[in-house]
Amino acid sequence: MDKQETKNFIAKRVARELHDGDLVNLGIGLPTLVGNFLPKDVSINLQSENGLIGLGPAPTEDQYDKDITNAGGQVVTLVDGGMYFDSALSFSIIRGGHVDVTVLGCLQVDQTGSLASWIIPGKMVPGMGGAMDLVTGAKKVIIATTHTNRGLPKILKECTLPLTAKNQVNMIITEMGVMEIKDDGLHLLEYNPEYTLEQVIDATDATLIIKKVKVMELEE
Amino acid sequence: MKEIIKLSELKNHLFDGMSIMVGGFMAVGTPELLVDEIVRLNIKDLTIICNDAGFIDKGVGKLIVNNQVKKLIASHIGLNPVAGKLMGEGTMECDLIPQGTLAEQIRAGGAGLGGFLTPTGLGTIVEEGKQIINIDNKNFILELPLRADLALLYGTTVDKYGNTNYTKTTRNFNPVMATATDIVIVQARTMVDSIDPDNVMTPHIFVDYIIKEDNNG
Repeated sequence: MDKQETKNFIAKRVARELHDGDLVNLGIGLPTLVGNFLPKDVSINLQSENGLIGLGPAPTEDQYDKDITNAGGQVVTLVDGGMYFDSALSFSIIRGGHVDVTVLGCLQVDQTGSLASWIIPGKMVPGMGGAMDLVTGAKKVIIATTHTNRGLPKILKECTLPLTAKNQVNMIITEMGVMEIKDDGLHLLEYNPEYTLEQVIDATDATLIIKKVKVMELEE
Repeated sequence: MKEIIKLSELKNHLFDGMSIMVGGFMAVGTPELLVDEIVRLNIKDLTIICNDAGFIDKGVGKLIVNNQVKKLIASHIGLNPVAGKLMGEGTMECDLIPQGTLAEQIRAGGAGLGGFLTPTGLGTIVEEGKQIINIDNKNFILELPLRADLALLYGTTVDKYGNTNYTKTTRNFNPVMATATDIVIVQARTMVDSIDPDNVMTPHIFVDYIIKEDNNG
């Protein structure tokens, strides 16, 4: 798989975790792709934390309206039934537990469900934006990421970078497999048969608990 | 009737070292005309409270690039490389705050609250130096209210009384900021006689001055 195929593969698998009617917030980058792969019978409500529910696709020339933007400041569209609100209400929705699923990327994630995604001290300080509130408030937190970064593990025993949130991640989905964080640790639920189990274990710094592992399936 | 002032009169409400809340999210919903005027007047040592650092040529980013900001309070600065550079050099102080906490701090500041308890930031550097309070076996961070000298807002439709409506995603931080500063000035994209009372997002009692986007002299 090339880079884009890998991202699409991960996004496609994440899409299977979403249920009809879910309120979902997708982070920028890879998570945004998830919207392209929703199963046919699943319709979700996409939130954008700058103040809308009902995020639609990029506008055609006719639809272009500079007052409708996403959290990245890009012009988007609003689907039927969608609506706008202010930032305080937006974060009542997020912090208050009304978002069913958030999908975010990561710099590091660990086997206790802690996430690092907003700062590399001395190198990159973009800020946390809405990520800390999302990870803390959403009912389910899915990390969608490539399994490694230039060959180095991103799934660790313990994050070394400053955290976005502690013990809040529920699931990690990569091109190598699907992992779930439970009270007793990080379970490998599925793996991609293009890799051997040993390869998945080798690419993971965290301790993987492997009990009943299945093969990753993308088609119904 | 609310007082409509000229852009040239904005300077009467500005001073070096003041704190200003500026509406907008990635410069969407930011009163660019008012920001440009502050750049032109070169008001210094500002504390700017805004969702983000804008872009180098849009939103509050223009004030940052012009070295007018002593301290920035924001949730995200990633799309303005100058902000990151000034923060790294130590020439601009920067408080990075989770977006929901920032919105709620401003809300608390305008709503007469002494602070609020949030789980956001627990176990991260955000909790450093703050009081942790346990309620029913759950920990929360005590976050304090935020106020400022001046709010600069971008109203889409403003009526002669000062009632304001913000269209689509330009709303973001504008209505909450309207409640949390000593003086509130709205840049009006369009002025009308009156707004349907059901569609008022910022009641006129919060608004002190209106500056029209067109024909402001």
